[in-house]
Amino acid sequence: MARVVVDVMLKPEILDPQGQAVQRALPRLGFEGIADVRQGKRFELEVEGPVDQAALDRIHKMAETFLANTVIEDFVVKVESGS
Amino acid sequence: MTTRIGVVTFPGTLDDRDSLRAVRLAGAEPVSLWHRDKDLHQVDAVVLAGGFSYGDYLRAGAISRFSPVMETIIEQAKAGMPVLGICNGFQVLTEAHLLPGAMLRNNHLHFICRDQKLRVENAETAWTGDYEQGQEISVPLKNMDGRYVADERTLDELEAEGRVAFRYLDMNPNGSLRDIAGITNAAGNVVGLMPHPEHAVEPLIGTGRTDGLPFFTSVLKKLVSA
Repeated sequence: MARVVVDVMLKPEILDPQGQAVQRALPRLGFEGIADVRQGKRFELEVEGPVDQAALDRIHKMAETFLANTVIEDFVVKVESGS
Repeated sequence: MTTRIGVVTFPGTLDDRDSLRAVRLAGAEPVSLWHRDKDLHQVDAVVLAGGFSYGDYLRAGAISRFSPVMETIIEQAKAGMPVLGICNGFQVLTEAHLLPGAMLRNNHLHFICRDQKLRVENAETAWTGDYEQGQEISVPLKNMDGRYVADERTLDELEAEGRVAFRYLDMNPNGSLRDIAGITNAAGNVVGLMPHPEHAVEPLIGTGRTDGLPFFTSVLKKLVSA
Protein backbone atom coordinates (compact mmCIF):
# COMPACT_ATOMS: atom_id res chain seq x y z
CA MET A 1 0.00 0.00 0.00
CA ALA A 2 1.19 3.45 -0.82
CA ARG A 3 0.78 6.54 1.28
CA VAL A 4 -0.42 9.75 -0.31
CA VAL A 5 -0.39 12.93 1.74
CA VAL A 6 -2.76 15.82 1.21
CA ASP A 7 -1.69 19.03 2.95
CA VAL A 8 -4.42 21.63 3.36
CA MET A 9 -3.56 25.22 4.30
CA LEU A 10 -5.69 28.34 4.65
CA LYS A 11 -5.07 30.68 1.73
CA PRO A 12 -2.49 33.37 2.56
CA GLU A 13 -5.08 36.16 2.56
CA ILE A 14 -7.33 34.41 5.11
CA LEU A 15 -6.85 35.45 8.74
CA ASP A 16 -5.73 32.49 10.88
CA PRO A 17 -6.41 33.35 14.53
CA GLN A 18 -5.46 29.82 15.66
CA GLY A 19 -2.01 30.18 14.12
CA GLN A 20 -1.70 33.65 15.66
CA ALA A 21 -2.60 32.30 19.11
CA VAL A 22 0.14 29.69 18.78
CA GLN A 23 2.63 32.30 17.58
CA ARG A 24 1.85 34.60 20.52
CA ALA A 25 2.38 31.75 22.99
CA LEU A 26 5.86 30.92 21.70
CA PRO A 27 7.88 33.70 23.44
CA ARG A 28 6.15 32.84 26.73
CA LEU A 29 7.57 29.33 26.37
CA GLY A 30 11.02 30.63 25.56
CA PHE A 31 10.89 30.10 21.79
CA GLU A 32 11.99 33.38 20.22
CA GLY A 33 12.31 34.50 16.64
CA ILE A 34 9.14 33.07 15.07
CA ALA A 35 7.50 35.87 13.14
CA ASP A 36 4.35 34.05 12.01
CA VAL A 37 2.55 30.73 12.44
CA ARG A 38 -0.19 29.33 10.26
CA GLN A 39 -2.02 26.14 11.15
CA GLY A 40 -3.11 23.62 8.53
CA LYS A 41 -4.34 20.06 8.16
CA ARG A 42 -2.52 16.97 6.95
CA PHE A 43 -4.39 13.93 5.60
CA GLU A 44 -2.52 10.64 5.22
CA LEU A 45 -4.26 8.36 2.76
CA GLU A 46 -3.34 4.67 2.57
CA VAL A 47 -4.13 3.84 -1.03
CA GLU A 48 -5.03 0.36 -2.24
CA GLY A 49 -3.52 -0.61 -5.58
CA PRO A 50 -1.05 1.34 -7.68
CA VAL A 51 -0.73 5.08 -7.30
CA ASP A 52 -0.79 5.82 -11.00
CA GLN A 53 -1.96 8.98 -12.72
CA ALA A 54 -5.60 7.83 -12.55
CA ALA A 55 -5.36 7.28 -8.78
CA LEU A 56 -3.70 10.66 -8.29
CA ASP A 57 -6.39 12.30 -10.37
CA ARG A 58 -9.05 10.74 -8.13
CA ILE A 59 -7.25 11.92 -4.99
CA HIS A 60 -6.92 15.39 -6.47
CA LYS A 61 -10.68 15.42 -7.11
CA MET A 62 -11.29 14.18 -3.54
CA ALA A 63 -9.10 16.93 -2.10
CA GLU A 64 -10.80 19.55 -4.24
CA THR A 65 -14.40 18.53 -3.46
CA PHE A 66 -14.13 17.36 0.14
CA LEU A 67 -10.82 17.55 2.03
CA ALA A 68 -10.25 21.22 1.21
CA ASN A 69 -12.76 24.02 0.83
CA THR A 70 -11.16 25.83 -2.09
CA VAL A 71 -13.02 29.02 -1.20
CA ILE A 72 -10.67 29.42 1.77
CA GLU A 73 -8.01 26.71 1.47
CA ASP A 74 -5.20 25.57 -0.86
CA PHE A 75 -4.01 21.97 -1.00
CA VAL A 76 -1.01 19.96 -2.16
CA VAL A 77 -1.07 16.23 -3.01
CA LYS A 78 2.15 14.23 -2.72
CA VAL A 79 3.08 10.54 -2.82
CA GLU A 80 5.08 9.72 0.28
CA SER A 81 5.91 6.02 -0.07
CA GLY A 82 5.27 2.98 -2.25
CA SER A 83 4.63 3.09 -5.95
CA MET B 1 -54.05 22.37 2.50
CA THR B 2 -51.52 22.92 5.26
CA THR B 3 -48.06 24.12 4.36
CA ARG B 4 -45.42 21.58 5.35
CA ILE B 5 -42.01 22.81 6.46
CA GLY B 6 -39.25 20.25 7.01
CA VAL B 7 -36.46 20.50 9.58
CA VAL B 8 -33.38 18.34 8.99
CA THR B 9 -31.69 16.41 11.79
CA PHE B 10 -28.06 15.41 11.19
CA PRO B 11 -26.08 13.59 13.88
CA GLY B 12 -25.05 16.51 16.11
CA THR B 13 -27.90 18.86 15.21
CA LEU B 14 -29.07 20.64 18.39
CA ASP B 15 -31.74 23.13 17.42
CA ASP B 16 -34.12 20.97 15.39
CA ARG B 17 -36.75 20.90 18.16
CA ASP B 18 -36.75 24.69 18.49
CA SER B 19 -36.99 25.03 14.72
CA LEU B 20 -39.93 22.59 14.58
CA ARG B 21 -41.66 24.60 17.31
CA ALA B 22 -41.04 27.88 15.46
CA VAL B 23 -42.60 26.36 12.34
CA ARG B 24 -45.64 25.25 14.34
CA LEU B 25 -46.03 28.64 16.07
CA ALA B 26 -45.95 30.33 12.66
CA GLY B 27 -48.92 28.20 11.61
CA ALA B 28 -47.28 25.62 9.34
CA GLU B 29 -47.04 21.86 9.77
CA PRO B 30 -43.59 20.88 11.03
CA VAL B 31 -42.05 17.77 9.45
CA SER B 32 -38.92 16.06 10.81
CA LEU B 33 -36.45 15.07 8.10
CA TRP B 34 -33.67 12.54 8.70
CA HIS B 35 -30.26 13.11 7.11
CA ARG B 36 -30.01 9.59 5.67
CA ASP B 37 -33.33 9.87 3.87
CA LYS B 38 -33.33 11.23 0.32
CA ASP B 39 -37.09 11.74 0.46
CA LEU B 40 -38.31 15.18 1.55
CA HIS B 41 -41.81 13.86 2.36
CA GLN B 42 -43.65 16.48 0.27
CA VAL B 43 -42.43 19.48 2.29
CA ASP B 44 -42.80 22.94 0.76
CA ALA B 45 -39.71 24.41 2.42
CA VAL B 46 -36.74 23.23 4.48
CA VAL B 47 -34.91 24.54 7.56
CA LEU B 48 -31.34 23.37 8.24
CA ALA B 49 -31.11 23.81 11.99
CA GLY B 50 -28.17 24.79 14.16
CA GLY B 51 -25.80 22.57 16.11
CA PHE B 52 -22.61 20.70 15.36
CA SER B 53 -23.44 18.23 12.61
CA TYR B 54 -20.85 15.43 12.48
CA GLY B 55 -19.08 17.21 15.34
CA ASP B 56 -17.87 19.87 12.87
CA TYR B 57 -15.15 17.36 11.93
CA LEU B 58 -13.13 18.33 8.85
CA ARG B 59 -14.88 21.72 8.66
CA ALA B 60 -18.24 22.92 10.00
CA GLY B 61 -20.93 21.56 7.68
CA ALA B 62 -18.49 19.80 5.33
CA ILE B 63 -19.57 16.21 5.98
CA SER B 64 -23.32 16.90 6.24
CA ARG B 65 -23.22 18.53 2.85
CA PHE B 66 -22.73 15.06 1.31
CA SER B 67 -25.60 13.36 3.19
CA PRO B 68 -28.44 11.81 1.12
CA VAL B 69 -31.01 14.40 2.26
CA MET B 70 -28.76 17.22 1.01
CA GLU B 71 -28.66 15.74 -2.51
CA THR B 72 -32.39 16.29 -2.78
CA ILE B 73 -32.32 19.64 -0.96
CA ILE B 74 -29.61 21.01 -3.28
CA GLU B 75 -31.65 19.91 -6.30
CA GLN B 76 -34.90 21.39 -4.93
CA ALA B 77 -33.23 24.62 -3.76
CA LYS B 78 -31.92 25.17 -7.27
CA ALA B 79 -35.48 24.63 -8.51
CA GLY B 80 -36.75 27.38 -6.17
CA MET B 81 -37.78 25.67 -2.94
CA PRO B 82 -37.25 27.96 0.08
CA VAL B 83 -34.34 26.80 2.26
CA LEU B 84 -33.23 28.49 5.48
CA GLY B 85 -29.88 27.58 7.05
CA ILE B 86 -29.38 28.71 10.62
CA CYS B 87 -25.86 28.72 12.13
CA ASN B 88 -24.58 25.19 11.34
CA GLY B 89 -27.24 25.12 8.62
CA PHE B 90 -25.65 28.27 7.11
CA GLN B 91 -22.29 26.48 7.19
CA VAL B 92 -23.84 23.51 5.37
CA LEU B 93 -25.28 25.86 2.71
CA THR B 94 -21.88 27.45 2.02
CA GLU B 95 -20.21 24.03 1.89
CA ALA B 96 -22.92 22.93 -0.57
CA HIS B 97 -22.20 26.06 -2.67
CA LEU B 98 -25.85 27.06 -2.49
CA LEU B 99 -24.49 30.26 -0.91
CA PRO B 100 -21.09 31.82 -1.67
CA GLY B 101 -18.22 32.23 0.78
CA ALA B 102 -17.19 30.15 3.78
CA MET B 103 -17.41 30.14 7.56
CA LEU B 104 -14.32 30.13 9.76
CA ARG B 105 -13.39 30.00 13.45
CA ASN B 106 -14.34 33.23 15.30
CA ASN B 107 -11.50 35.74 15.20
CA HIS B 108 -11.21 35.74 19.02
CA LEU B 109 -11.34 31.88 19.15
CA HIS B 110 -14.07 31.85 21.81
CA PHE B 111 -17.49 30.29 21.65
CA ILE B 112 -19.87 33.22 21.92
CA CYS B 113 -23.43 33.32 23.26
CA ARG B 114 -25.31 36.62 23.46
CA ASP B 115 -28.38 38.55 22.37
CA GLN B 116 -27.38 40.07 19.06
CA LYS B 117 -28.79 43.12 17.33
CA LEU B 118 -29.19 42.80 13.57
CA ARG B 119 -30.40 45.02 10.76
CA VAL B 120 -32.64 43.52 8.08
CA GLU B 121 -30.89 44.56 4.85
CA ASN B 122 -33.13 42.64 2.47
CA ALA B 123 -36.83 42.24 3.26
CA GLU B 124 -37.62 40.64 -0.07
CA THR B 125 -36.30 37.09 0.35
CA ALA B 126 -38.61 34.11 0.90
CA TRP B 127 -37.70 34.21 4.61
CA THR B 128 -37.74 37.96 5.30
CA GLY B 129 -40.92 39.31 3.69
CA ASP B 130 -42.60 39.96 7.04
CA TYR B 131 -39.81 42.34 8.12
CA GLU B 132 -39.45 45.98 7.13
CA GLN B 133 -36.42 46.96 5.10
CA GLY B 134 -33.87 48.35 7.59
CA GLN B 135 -35.72 46.98 10.64
CA GLU B 136 -33.56 46.34 13.70
CA ILE B 137 -34.15 43.08 15.51
CA SER B 138 -32.56 41.17 18.39
CA VAL B 139 -32.12 37.39 18.37
CA PRO B 140 -29.76 35.03 20.23
CA LEU B 141 -26.37 34.23 18.71
CA LYS B 142 -24.24 31.26 19.72
CA ASN B 143 -21.38 29.94 17.65
CA MET B 144 -17.74 28.94 17.39
CA ASP B 145 -17.31 29.17 13.62
CA GLY B 146 -19.24 32.28 12.70
CA ARG B 147 -16.68 34.36 10.79
CA TYR B 148 -18.08 34.85 7.31
CA VAL B 149 -15.44 35.26 4.62
CA ALA B 150 -15.48 35.56 0.84
CA ASP B 151 -13.12 37.19 -1.63
CA GLU B 152 -13.48 40.93 -2.34
CA ARG B 153 -15.15 40.36 -5.69
CA THR B 154 -17.83 38.10 -4.17
CA LEU B 155 -18.41 40.58 -1.31
CA ASP B 156 -18.79 43.46 -3.77
CA GLU B 157 -21.20 41.37 -5.82
CA LEU B 158 -23.29 40.48 -2.74
CA GLU B 159 -23.48 44.16 -1.75
CA ALA B 160 -24.32 45.35 -5.26
CA GLU B 161 -27.11 42.81 -5.68
CA GLY B 162 -28.60 43.41 -2.22
CA ARG B 163 -27.77 39.88 -1.19
CA VAL B 164 -26.43 40.80 2.25
CA ALA B 165 -29.67 39.94 4.05
CA PHE B 166 -28.61 40.72 7.64
CA ARG B 167 -25.80 42.75 9.19
CA TYR B 168 -24.53 42.79 12.78
CA LEU B 169 -25.29 46.01 14.64
CA ASP B 170 -23.40 47.59 17.58
CA MET B 171 -20.73 44.87 17.61
CA ASN B 172 -19.30 42.31 15.23
CA PRO B 173 -19.26 39.14 17.33
CA ASN B 174 -16.90 37.00 15.25
CA GLY B 175 -14.92 39.04 12.75
CA SER B 176 -17.31 38.46 9.84
CA LEU B 177 -16.25 40.50 6.82
CA ARG B 178 -18.35 43.66 6.32
CA ASP B 179 -20.37 42.74 9.46
CA ILE B 180 -22.29 40.14 7.46
CA ALA B 181 -24.67 38.04 9.58
CA GLY B 182 -26.74 36.53 6.79
CA ILE B 183 -26.91 36.33 3.00
CA THR B 184 -29.27 35.12 0.30
CA ASN B 185 -28.81 33.51 -3.11
CA ALA B 186 -29.67 35.48 -6.25
CA ALA B 187 -33.19 34.03 -6.45
CA GLY B 188 -33.95 34.91 -2.80
CA ASN B 189 -35.21 31.44 -1.87
CA VAL B 190 -32.06 30.30 -0.06
CA VAL B 191 -31.09 32.27 3.06
CA GLY B 192 -28.35 31.56 5.59
CA LEU B 193 -27.69 33.38 8.83
CA MET B 194 -25.53 32.87 11.88
CA PRO B 195 -27.83 34.02 14.74
CA HIS B 196 -30.86 31.98 15.81
CA PRO B 197 -34.35 33.34 15.02
CA GLU B 198 -35.90 30.03 16.16
CA HIS B 199 -34.81 30.86 19.73
CA ALA B 200 -36.80 34.11 19.69
CA VAL B 201 -40.34 33.06 18.82
CA GLU B 202 -41.98 33.08 22.27
CA PRO B 203 -41.86 35.87 24.86
CA LEU B 204 -40.88 33.46 27.63
CA ILE B 205 -37.59 32.26 26.10
CA GLY B 206 -34.51 33.64 24.42
CA THR B 207 -34.39 37.40 24.24
CA GLY B 208 -37.91 37.69 25.69
CA ARG B 209 -38.97 39.02 22.31
CA THR B 210 -40.45 37.35 19.27
CA ASP B 211 -38.20 39.01 16.69
CA GLY B 212 -37.41 35.66 15.08
CA LEU B 213 -40.97 34.61 14.29
CA PRO B 214 -41.30 36.65 11.05
CA PHE B 215 -38.77 34.30 9.39
CA PHE B 216 -41.25 31.49 9.65
CA THR B 217 -44.39 33.51 8.92
CA SER B 218 -42.64 35.10 5.89
CA VAL B 219 -42.04 31.76 4.19
CA LEU B 220 -45.53 30.60 5.03
CA LYS B 221 -47.07 33.63 3.32
CA LYS B 222 -44.71 33.28 0.40
CA LEU B 223 -45.76 29.66 -0.10
CA VAL B 224 -49.47 30.33 0.32
CA SER B 225 -49.39 33.17 -2.22
CA ALA B 226 -47.28 31.17 -4.69
